[in-house]
This record gives sequence, C-alpha cells and structure tokens, in this order.
Amino acid sequence: MRALDAKLLRDLRRIWAQSLAIALVLACGVAVLVLAHGTQTTLSQTRDAYYERNRFADVFASATRAPEQLTEEIARIDGVAQVQTRISKQVILDMEGMVEPAMARLVSLPVAGAPVLNVPLVRAGRLPDPLRPDEVALSAPFARANDLRAGDSFRAILGGRMRELTVTGLLLSPEFIYTISPGTMIPDDRRFGIIWMGRAAAAAAFDLEGAFNDVALRLTRGASVDAVIAALDDLLAPYGGTGAQGRDGQMSHAFLQGEMDQLAAIAVVLPPIFLIVSAFLVNMVLGRLIAQERAQIGLMKAVGYRTGEIGWHYLKMSAGIGVGGVLLGWGVGFWLSGLMTGLYAQYFSFPYLVPVPSTWAFAVSAAMGLAAVLVGALRAVARMVRLSPAEAMQPPAPPHFRRGWADRLGETLRLRQTSMMILRSILRWPGRAAVTLLGVAASVSVLVASFFSFDAMDVVIDEAFFQTNRQDVTLVLASARGTDVLQDALALPGVMQVEAGFSTPVRLSAGPREDLVSLEAHGPGDQLVRVLDQSGRAVAMPPQGLLLPDTLAAELGVRPGELLQVEFLAPPRETHMIPVSAVTRQSLGQAAHMSRAALFELMRVAPQVNRINVTFDGHALADLYARVKETPAISGVLLWSDLRRQLTAQIEQNLLTMVFAYSVLGILITVGVVYNAARIQLSERAHELASLRVLGFSRAEVGFVLVGEIMVLTLAAVPVGWVLGYAFAALTAGGLSTELVSIPLVVSVRTYATAALIVVVSALVSALMVRRRLDRIDIVSALKQKE
Amino acid sequence: MSQTEDSGKPVYRAVGLTKVYGSGAAEVHALRGVDLELFEGERVVLLGASGSGKSTLLNILGALDTPTAGQVFFRDRELTKLSDRALTAFRRDHVGFVFQFYNLVPSLTARENVALVTEIARAPMRPEEALERVGLSARLDHFPAQMSGGEQQRVAIARAIAKRPDVLLCDEPTGALDSKTGVQVLEVLVSVNEDLGTTTALITHNMATRKIAHRVIHLADGLVAKVERNDAPVPPAQVSW
Repeated sequence: MRALDAKLLRDLRRIWAQSLAIALVLACGVAVLVLAHGTQTTLSQTRDAYYERNRFADVFASATRAPEQLTEEIARIDGVAQVQTRISKQVILDMEGMVEPAMARLVSLPVAGAPVLNVPLVRAGRLPDPLRPDEVALSAPFARANDLRAGDSFRAILGGRMRELTVTGLLLSPEFIYTISPGTMIPDDRRFGIIWMGRAAAAAAFDLEGAFNDVALRLTRGASVDAVIAALDDLLAPYGGTGAQGRDGQMSHAFLQGEMDQLAAIAVVLPPIFLIVSAFLVNMVLGRLIAQERAQIGLMKAVGYRTGEIGWHYLKMSAGIGVGGVLLGWGVGFWLSGLMTGLYAQYFSFPYLVPVPSTWAFAVSAAMGLAAVLVGALRAVARMVRLSPAEAMQPPAPPHFRRGWADRLGETLRLRQTSMMILRSILRWPGRAAVTLLGVAASVSVLVASFFSFDAMDVVIDEAFFQTNRQDVTLVLASARGTDVLQDALALPGVMQVEAGFSTPVRLSAGPREDLVSLEAHGPGDQLVRVLDQSGRAVAMPPQGLLLPDTLAAELGVRPGELLQVEFLAPPRETHMIPVSAVTRQSLGQAAHMSRAALFELMRVAPQVNRINVTFDGHALADLYARVKETPAISGVLLWSDLRRQLTAQIEQNLLTMVFAYSVLGILITVGVVYNAARIQLSERAHELASLRVLGFSRAEVGFVLVGEIMVLTLAAVPVGWVLGYAFAALTAGGLSTELVSIPLVVSVRTYATAALIVVVSALVSALMVRRRLDRIDIVSALKQKE
Repeated sequence: MSQTEDSGKPVYRAVGLTKVYGSGAAEVHALRGVDLELFEGERVVLLGASGSGKSTLLNILGALDTPTAGQVFFRDRELTKLSDRALTAFRRDHVGFVFQFYNLVPSLTARENVALVTEIARAPMRPEEALERVGLSARLDHFPAQMSGGEQQRVAIARAIAKRPDVLLCDEPTGALDSKTGVQVLEVLVSVNEDLGTTTALITHNMATRKIAHRVIHLADGLVAKVERNDAPVPPAQVSW
C-alpha cells in the first residue's frame, strides 16, 4: 500500500469519532430520502399493479334506481370500454358480542361469474353462490377484526328486515384498499366492512329487481374522463344520479393518493433540509480537520507532492466518510421503509406489499451525500494548498485580539478572565462561531419542523372531533324525512339532545373550476355540529349565502362576496347562483355550509332531515343501540365518542414512536455539530488550556472555558432555530396538505420547548464528553508541543 | 572531500534577494538584498541570530517560498521564473529538507515516512537503505511517537536523502536535541555529504557547529555579514557544545 493511503486509513481510524459524527448526520439525510421515496415507490407500484390486474374502474356513479336497460346506453358513451352495474347499499349489522351496531357497504356480485370491473380477490373460501340468497363474502380485514371465517354467520338489516347471513369467503378489492365509513376519516375494521352478495339476492332485499343503483366504468385509452362523466350524468339524472366521479372522487383511491402525495412531499421537503444541514456540517468539520493538517500539507508540498495529489488525498479521506454515511443511510432508510410499509399494511388492505427499493432515491441520495462532503473538503483543501509550503509548516500567525466593546461589557459585568476568554474567542472568530451556531440552529429547526406535525394533527383532531362534531352519535337516515322525526329520535332510550342534520350533493362551479361536494344545512342555534371560522371559533350561520372552507374557496378561486354556481344533484336538481358569505376552516374533508332556512327556501320544500345528531346518557347505551339495530329508517350510525377514544389512543401510541424517531435525528445532528466543534477547539487550544492548568486553574475551571463557549453558542442558536423551524414547518404544511386533509400551520410552545431542551441537553452531553478528554491531557507534553 | 568556490561549479546563485513580510506598519524585511553562491558538494553552515533571515533564505533556496525581489539560479535555471507547478517538480527532484521539528507524519511508521518521498522520486534508494544509512535499521516499523527526538530527526534525514537529492537543506536540525543526540545527527549529515557528495546547507545558531563546515556564511539583519572559509573542518564528535 502506498504511504499516503496508509496515512489515510490510519487518519480515518484516529478521527473515527469525529468521522462517525459526520457520517451519522449525512446518513440521516440519505435515510429520510430513501425512506420516503422508497415507501412511496412501494405503495404506487403495488397499487398500480393491483389496479391493473383487478381492473379498478375509472369512473364511479350512483343513482336511486336506474333500469337495467340503461347499461347499453352507458356502454355506447364515447370512450367507455367496460360497464359494471350493480347494487350498492349501506347496511347496519348486528354482530355477536358487540353492543353497538356495526355498518357495512353491501355490493352485489353479477348473476354469473366475477365482476368485469373492481374484481375482488379471494383470500380465503369462495365467492357466494348466486343461487343462495343468504350467502355473502366479507372484506378480509372486517372478518379478521370480528373473528369471522368461512362457514360462520352474522345478522344484518337488509331493506328493513333482520337477516341471518353465512360467510363463504374473505375478499380484498382494489376499490376498498382504504375502507372507512362515510363521514369518518379513520378505518375501523371492527365496525365497518364490505359485504359482497349475489345480485339476485341483493335486488330482492332492496326491491331493485331489473334495476341498479351503482355503476362503474373503465375507459378506453385516451378517453376524456370529463366528457364521459358529463354524458353519464345526463343519462343517470332522471334516475336520481348524484354526480359521477373519476378516481379522484373515489374514497379509497383519494385517501391512498393523498397519502402518496404526502410521502412525495416529505421526500421533496425533508431530505434537502437534512442534506443541506449535513453538507454544512461536513463542510465545517472537514474544513477544520484539514486545517489541523496544515503542517502535514506543508510538508507534503515541501517534499514535492503536487497540489492535485494533496487535494486528491484529502478528497479521498472525505469520500471515505461520505461513502460510510451514504451506505449507513441506505441501510437504515431501506430498513425503515420496510417498517413503514408494514405500518401502511395495517391501514391499507393490499393483497401483498413488498418493499421496492427506489433506484432513483438511492442514486440521488448518494450523489447529494457525496457532493456534500466533497464540496466541504474541496473548499478546505483549496484554502490550505494556497499557502506556500514554508508558511504552511509554520503554525498559523497568532490571532490579533483587539480591545473593543466586548471588553467594556466584560468590565461592566465584572466578568472573570475565563469568561472573557470565551467572549473574545467568539468575537475573534465570528465566522467559526456562526458555523457552530447555525449548525445547532439547524438541529433545533429540524426538530421544530418534525414535531410541528403533531401540533397540526392535534388541531385537526380537536377541530374535527371536539369543536366541529360534538355529538355522541350521528344516525344516518335511509331517506330524508320531515322534522317530526326528531321527536321520535328524542324518544329513543337515553337520548338527551337531538339536532337535525341535512346534507345534499352539489356541484360548485366558478368559471372553468368545479368541485363535487356535499352542502350541509345548519340551524341558527345548532350546538352539536358547528362550523369554525379561520381563527377556530364557532361561527353564527349567516341568513343567506354559502360558507366555504378556505382550501375549497382557494381551489375554486372565489372570495367572500363573489357568486358561485350551485347545481343540486338531488331533487329539485336545479342550479342557483349563491354568494359566498364567508370562508371557514375545515381540516378534514370539504363541505359547503348554508343556513337551513335559506337552503329549504331555495329548494322550495319544507325543512327536511337526513341525519340526526344525538347526545346520550351512557347508562342506556345498550338499549339505544338495540333500538337502532332494529329501526329500518336508520341506515347508518357514526359513533363519534368511540371514534374520539380510538383516535386519541392511536395517536398517543404513534406519538411516542415518532417523537423517539425524530428526537434521535435531532440528537444526531446536535452531537455531530457540537462534538466536532468541541474536539477541534480542544486540539487547537490544548496549549492554552494546559497553560491554565499550569497556572493553577482547576480542571473544572479550565473545562468551563471549553464547555462555556459551546453552550453560549448553543443557547444563542435556539431562537435562531425556532425561526428557521417555523419556516420549515410552513413548507411542510404546504406539502402535506391534500384535498381531504388541510394541515394548519400551528407550532405549539411545547414543540419549541421540547426542541430546545433536546438540543441543549445533547449539546451539553457532547461538550462534556470532550471535556473528559481535557482531563486526560498531559500538561507537560501539551506545553512542550510547538505553538 | 573539500570542494570550494575555487574548484567547484556553483549549484545555487542568488542575486539581490529581498523578502518582505506583511505590509504597512507591520512590514518586516527578512532579507534586504542577499547575494550568495553554493558549490557542488560543499558543506555550508548559515550562522546568525534569531531574525537574521537564515530560515527565509533557506526556504527560498529550497523553493518553499518565493522572494519579494531578486533572482535565484539553480545550476542554469532561474528558479524565480518558475511556476508553482515547476517549483513543486524542482523540490521533488532536487531538494531534501530537514526541519528543526522533524515534521514527520505521525500516522506513518519510519519506513512509511521515508516511502512517502521515495514513492514520488525518480531514482530513490529503498526506504530501508536510507534508514540503514542513518542507523535506524532496527526501528523501521516504529511510529514517530515511539521514537526519541534524535531518532525522529534521523528518520527525517533518511526521508530527505532517500531520493538522492542534489542539495540537502537543514533548518536547525539539532535545535530541539540535546548535545549528545545533536552530535549523532550531525555525524549522519556529514557522512551523507561525504559519501554521496550532496551539497549541504545547514542553519544553526550554535557557533561551535560552524567548525564542521567548509564555509560559514554569517547573516545579520537580512544581509550577508561575512563569509569564512574553513580548510580543515573537524568531525562533529570533536565539536564542543
């Protein structure tokens, strides 16, 4: 081995702790990129293959009752490749051993064979026999959560009649990768599932013989989705069509897409932050490491090594650290993406989910990681090789200290001389102090930006489940009723308070922009379901006009005072121009809101109710649920109090893991910066610090000079990190918001405090680790060393 | 061997060398117009007080530094006209350095420190041979920290001579050593000069050391104060410190 290469290996071994600190920071950046992009690649490739193989439809529509003959007309629409009509209904189930009612979406299977679109995948057992009306298949997650297997039976209310159904098999479907009951946002596999039933049996149960109420289409390549939707809407309008939607309006697809968009945003926003921070660190640390090699660089020049050869030597050294960091980051990132994929497998029902390594992420992260170290090294080497060999072999000129305002400050504050040493050292090398300060600030900012997502989630949950929806239960009615139904609801066991709810599908359009949403009616004194203004306070419903969530208003490009075209997709199926009266805040989902009186005046009907919001006394729970299960008018139940409990538990569980993971990242960066800064300080000032010991200063007093400077810089870095962190949080919020979830930009005091605490403590520990080396310095030999 | 300006060709010729460090009030004139010649195979001692410009002169001769004004010729080449790249090549091919503080690479063994130079030299000795010449055959695989000051300086000399340089420039090679070790180091330098015929220039501020030289050049305040010829140099062992 060449002598220079031997030097390289031994040097790397000598500075292993510092190299490791740099490599770890670099590894963080690389790992986040590999993690986010790898998970996204896995999800999208798996989804695309699944969609393709099981023929996931492109357009979905429902109606009240459309004659079977309409199928041919739909098939003739230009651009339609395949049509699948079916019956789809929301039903209430009475599960053994479960007090509360469960819900399911029942979809029919064709009279013969498997459907041509949204083909379910049999995971266990078989499809139901079309000739046996009591046979059904269940979605696998629901069956698992309720411990149901092929051959087991359960009870469901179909078309107002309680029926005993037998399970023949467990299925998965590309249509129900993410399964949630309408109105909620979190999957609850125990209380909501999918039931597949033969077409004839379903038609008989819901009185839909010779008719369908749901249709899915697959389009030819290059067909216009909008044109097909418009044509389909025209065909279905007379039969109670409520507006066809493309894949982006299909619940499971929209959620999955939202999740993948978020991952893509994470892959775009976070890794550059980490990589920039690590490039920065590597730059600083390598720069200083190389600066310490000043005499050896001078020697190599003196004995005739060319500038290029010396530069290459140090580039190889940095590349060694860089390659180490990249490999570590790859390994950890890929491992984490496996864990993350496993986590997704809990929420998303894929037939298989195998982590796919993302070549792009590996290549880009390696290129960026190596570039970070090499740029850092190049700058430092360039500075060193510019010196003439004679100059380089001399120790650097002693620094010029000048008396200035700091001294007057010191005198005024009566600072001890050791404190003055700290102050002067910072002021004498402001650039170096700034690098340490910014490095520490970067750790604080990464933590603030990471913890911010919990703050945002807190606000989202609080708004959606505590401020907006304050009811215990929402009873969803099979069809709209008069307001007298409220009296019936009040008579249910244990019910204390009832409130009318009404929602109807509408298409909002402003110029070329349009969106399909539900329009919800609110009474003037509604307490259970409220609408929040942009500062999070409940708003009083204006007598006229629409309230729109800010994200929806931005999407449609309308401001308060402007007119919006509102097309009712349910009777009376009219179109009105209605002004937007205010913009509101809605983190989960998007709905337009309007005063009940104004809405029904517009619809020219007496006020109606299609959902009832209820609070109840917990003692009568079992009786209430029993009545709900046997009331045919109720087609669905949303159990808000259960949802709240479940959500809070789930978040607390996840919170702990996530806080741990992010803290590790923040600690790594801080240690990377502080440990290296302190080590370099120590080696540069060993002589000075040993002199202090000779003069009779105690170890603690000398240690104070070393640790004090680092801690002064760390404390100064905290507020800078808060500001940077807020900016990163703003970037992240923008990236994480999807159509279904809008992430508010709120950073809590707790987040600022936790970030500061983690960073200050890890800085202190790192500085103290270096201080221990100070104790081991041999005073005599340190003094003998040439200056 | 006892070559002098009468018998030899000059290896180095310096004309009007000036070196100014810093500027304005902090300006320091290290050299103020030095004229000087060094001859093939001779052994020269540069004497002078601290700050007299000895090290600056030696650094300029060795192409470690460039003068502010004046010319330096090595044989027929004018060093002061060469590019940085050509100066590097000049050092690599012609000059061996020995420094007061040895300047060994701490992470390399004695053998590897010498190999550092032999790997880039044109017709070097083997590192083992160079180390044998300085009496360190038994310390080949020791790291600098495992050796005494005298041993480290001998490694530095081995490193300097291993490339068979035309000139050996030594800046206070005994400055950090006790007298006994210092004598050993001087003996090695003298034997290299005599056996290999390497022109050797040696800085010292120890007056006694001048007795080992063929010529002694006295520097004071950045100028050559006087040049003494010594027709009967004595072996280092007889120099009393």
